Formats: sequence, C-alpha cells, structure tokens
Amino acid sequence: MIKKERHVLVVFPHPDDEAFGVSGTISSYRDMGVPVTYACLTLGEMGRNLGNPPFANRETLPQIRKEELKKACEAMGLDDLRMMGFRDKTVEFEDDEKMVKLIEDLIEETNPSLVITFYPGLAVHPDHDATARAVVRAVRRMPETERPTLYTLAFANNTVEVLGKPDVVHDISANADKKIATLKAHASQTVWMMKEMEIKLAAQDPDALKWLNFEHFYTYQWDKDFE
Amino acid sequence: MELVKPDHLQELITSFANKDVYIHLETTNGSYAAHFNESVFNAGAFIRNIVIKFELGKVAGDSPHRIGLKLPSGWIYAQGITHYKLDEHGRLLMAGLDAEGKLAVALEISETPFTY
Repeated sequence: MIKKERHVLVVFPHPDDEAFGVSGTISSYRDMGVPVTYACLTLGEMGRNLGNPPFANRETLPQIRKEELKKACEAMGLDDLRMMGFRDKTVEFEDDEKMVKLIEDLIEETNPSLVITFYPGLAVHPDHDATARAVVRAVRRMPETERPTLYTLAFANNTVEVLGKPDVVHDISANADKKIATLKAHASQTVWMMKEMEIKLAAQDPDALKWLNFEHFYTYQWDKDFE
Repeated sequence: MELVKPDHLQELITSFANKDVYIHLETTNGSYAAHFNESVFNAGAFIRNIVIKFELGKVAGDSPHRIGLKLPSGWIYAQGITHYKLDEHGRLLMAGLDAEGKLAVALEISETPFTY
C-alpha cells in the first residue's frame, strides 16, 4: 500500500538514479494524481560506459543522457523535471551552504509532503552522499512540525549493519512495465544489464522478480541523525 | 571514436603544438570500483579547461598507446589510449576504453573551451 501524498520531491544527482529503486514508486504516485518533482543535479557527464566500439565520447555523452532522462520521465509519467546543471562527480566539492539553499528553495517552491533522496554516507557514490547531506540539512532546518517525511535509499555494503532493514516497502508490480520502460530509457547505462535482467524475468527468477516489483526505503530518523 | 591510427593521431597532435589549447585529462576506475570489490584502491584524477601550450607531442607504444606532451617547463601524459576522434568542433578527443567499453582514461585537446 503506497500512502497518498500532497507533493513528492525527488532529488538525485544522476540520470538513472531514479530508475533503479524509485521509478515504480514515482509511477504509482502519478497514477494517484500526486504531483512529483524530480530535481536531477547532473547529466552523468562522467559516465564510463561508452561502448567498444564506442557509441559516444566524453563530450557527446551529456546530450545523450539528457535525452534519455527526458524519455525516462515520460515513461514514469513525470512532468516536472528540473535539470540543475551541476557536473557529475563534483557535487561534493560545491559549497555546502549553496547546496542546502538549492534544496531549501526547491522545498519552499514545491511544498512537498514527502522528499526522496539517498541516505548520507550509505549511498556509495560521492555525489549520492553529497546530495543526501544537502537534502537532510535543508529538511532539518525546518520546524519539526513542518518537515516533510524523508524516504532515503541506502545500498552501501554495510547498510543493514547500520540501519537494519528498510521500514518502507512499496509493491510496485502494477507499474513494473513502466519501471522496465524507465530503465530501458537510460539505454547508454542499462542496455547490457537489461538484456540479462529480461532473461531472468522471463525465467521467473525469484530474485529478479523481487528486484523488479519491490522498492525499499528507510524513513529518515531525526533522533539518529547522521551528524 | 575509432581505434587509434598512430600516424594519423601523430599528425593531429602535432597540429595543436605551439598554440594555447584547452586540456581535458581524466583517469578513473569508476565510483563503484571499491563497492563491487572492496580490495580495489580507487584512485583517479581530473582536470578540464586548463590552458597550456606544448612544444612537442608524441604518440608512443603499441595499442594501447601512450601520449606525451612536452611543455616549456613541464609534462602531460596519458597511458592506455585506444580510441580517437577529431570532432565537428575541431577538438581532438582521445580515450582509453577497456574490453567492456568503459572509459579508463581520456585526454582531449581543443583550441576552444570545453563545456562546463
């Protein structure tokens, strides 16, 4: 059961960050008529996958990924995409206060009842952790009674040791087709992975079905703040 | 990009010598390297839109190639270059792609600035 929200704000640094663990949830909110804003900080300019023989180069990759991101949003039914213009792998080196302000402005404008991002320190990529820090700090500065709920994604190898099991599980099987379409929209990043995954799904592989149909979140606990 | 033809690449590199040029240089093994294999020591370096002037540029070795640029008082080099392209903006893009098509190193030279 996915709880209805007033407005959902999703903040991730890379095109495709939304696809793996949140696209079914986003599609579900859109089905319920809940507005969803997706702020994507970079265009994944530093992606390594260029193919061999190559289909792209360092300078053409951002344009390719921008188009993929737009297609992914169409697949999810998301119509409020914000491309924030940062460069991949540099988010942690930006001024921390500037990043908090950026999130504060997005929150003030969209007035979300739910914000979705990564969990700071347990999200593996430096951009993920930096994005998460900015979001947590921005929400923390709000009066407690006005804070939106914060759903976070964590996938570092030590996640379960630190946080235990995720407390929110969304069954998104009704939107599995949209999730696959979202993943496929990010073809430059996912085409090889999706070929393997579709074979597993066709064979009803239990782990693959679980991966597809369920999305997991840790509700951010202010009494166990990361800093 | 296509596989390096050393003689052609040498000509292209030489065409940028003794001019102010913008450089992009990057080495990486990916932000997830130590996540997938905790024994990996993850290291890399990145510079972009730094203006230099080199007096001699060379393609060395069999593929993957090494590219060295000699500056009046310094050096730039990249190891592992497999592919290259002179793009429609006249920028010389060189990259080292592994067997899976993942970029491990990039060296790019342009007379105009690269995007952000």
